[in-house]
Amino acid sequence: MNFTLTEEQEMLRKMVRDFAKNEVEPTAAERDEEERFDRGIFDKMAELGLTGIPWPEEYGGIGSDFVSYVIAVEELSRVCASTGVTLSAHISLASWPIFKFGTEEQKKKYLTQLASGEKLGAYALSEPGAGSDVSSMRTQAKLEGDHYVLNGSKVWITNGGVADIYVVFAKTNPDEGNRGISAFIVEKDTPGFSTGKKEKKLGIRSSPTTELIFEDCKIPKENILGEEGKGFKVAMMTLDGGRNGIAAQAVGIAQGALDEAVGYAKEREQFGKPIASLQGISFKLADMATEIEASRLLTYQAAYLESEGKPYAEASAMAKLFAGDTAMKVTTEAVQVHGGYGYTKDYPVERYMRDAKITQIYEGTQEIQRLVIGRMVTK
Amino acid sequence: MGLHGSSTVSLNFDQCEIPITQRLGAEGEGYKIALANLNIGRIGIAAQSLGIAEAALEHAVAYAKEREQFGRSIAHLQGVSFKLADMATEVEASRLLVYNAASLQAAGKKCGKEVSMAKLMASKTAVKSAIEAVQVHGGYGFTQDYAVERFFRDAKVCEIYEGTSEIQRVVIGNHLLRD
Repeated sequence: MNFTLTEEQEMLRKMVRDFAKNEVEPTAAERDEEERFDRGIFDKMAELGLTGIPWPEEYGGIGSDFVSYVIAVEELSRVCASTGVTLSAHISLASWPIFKFGTEEQKKKYLTQLASGEKLGAYALSEPGAGSDVSSMRTQAKLEGDHYVLNGSKVWITNGGVADIYVVFAKTNPDEGNRGISAFIVEKDTPGFSTGKKEKKLGIRSSPTTELIFEDCKIPKENILGEEGKGFKVAMMTLDGGRNGIAAQAVGIAQGALDEAVGYAKEREQFGKPIASLQGISFKLADMATEIEASRLLTYQAAYLESEGKPYAEASAMAKLFAGDTAMKVTTEAVQVHGGYGYTKDYPVERYMRDAKITQIYEGTQEIQRLVIGRMVTK
Repeated sequence: MGLHGSSTVSLNFDQCEIPITQRLGAEGEGYKIALANLNIGRIGIAAQSLGIAEAALEHAVAYAKEREQFGRSIAHLQGVSFKLADMATEVEASRLLVYNAASLQAAGKKCGKEVSMAKLMASKTAVKSAIEAVQVHGGYGFTQDYAVERFFRDAKVCEIYEGTSEIQRVVIGNHLLRD
């Protein structure tokens, strides 16, 4: 792995950092409080080309790579984790499987709209009774003539209700487990498709998370993504890359919290001097910075491997596991450094701490990451 | 405790005459010389830590695959495999920090903070991995029939010499507050 970023990657970081500072951060606390998604921010990301970072220009992307993509998610999450996951779900979960498994027609039609940011994407895998155990899903897709008819419901859908294009998983053969699953592309206005309950959440509150309901929802036969019965592979491979995005989100949250903690520690005086000069505080900051740097390198390594076309499932599981745990630890410590003030909404660290928790849960819990890594090291 | 194959002694000087030509650098500049090599020394110890951690992990993985309890290898138990997953992840994180520090040093860039991060994290990982490797081996790990008890003893010094972990935190903390 090359430890020095390219000039292009450095430029992209600077651009996203400026954008995040000027256009995302000012409303982050307010959007969190109001649980409000802002499509305008997504539209501005589209203008900057962020919505299609890793995709070729022929499909509406900017032809960059996955390292640039994780840098963008990191910089957005540094000020607003909700905005970070909006982009991560859009690129890793919705666009990626279409790029990887889509037919030329599907890519021309759907990937182009997603990459350009004209349309927003989402991914629908989990169900009330099927979380980590995907094979127990119950949503069905029956082939009837030229259409598949979908029935069932999905939960925990990031960008749910506000997205235009959904990658949805359903059983085409309910008698089979993993081998009965197929993937589909569903457009938001399809009759029989609706948004259910919107979750009220601990964190990432300006990123909507909803239920999706399918009632005799007819979608054209040609909207199957990949082969019939091969949906499990689509779902799992998509999550391998998605984990990089979440790792990047976790790195960004942790870095944002560290920035706040360092700033506060230099300014806050007790015992006649800034608390930063106390080893009880500065050693804490040193540990936080070290774990963030390790998380960042793991995340960039996984993204680099993916860009190079090399296996990256183990690397991305490690990145997500380590970065998610680091985000939780660092944000908790950042609140601690702020003392009582950190517990109030006058400072952003309480939001960072609430936002961090989800990185240990979604796109495979930490326990699932350990399962993946444990299998690979004992293979 | 550890590093028994490496000799550590005290040196005594009693009216010991050495020629003036043996003086390294100018008089009064010894402090600078002593600190100048710090980065390279710390990268070396960070790499040593990494090696110990990797070895502990490898031995633990091999033992877990071979040792059977409850009718199958203990590697199949999540209590063991999750431990191995954490060890492998921390080893990988340490490796990247060490290589990153070495790569910055090789490129002639400023890297005091990155070197201290590598040394701090890698040595902590070495101690943790070695302790967990003994744990995976159970009672056998406590005997000299297996190498992990040696890794356990060897690892500890990595958190102490060439700047204790506390000193690495002083260095990193200073960078954070100054930069």
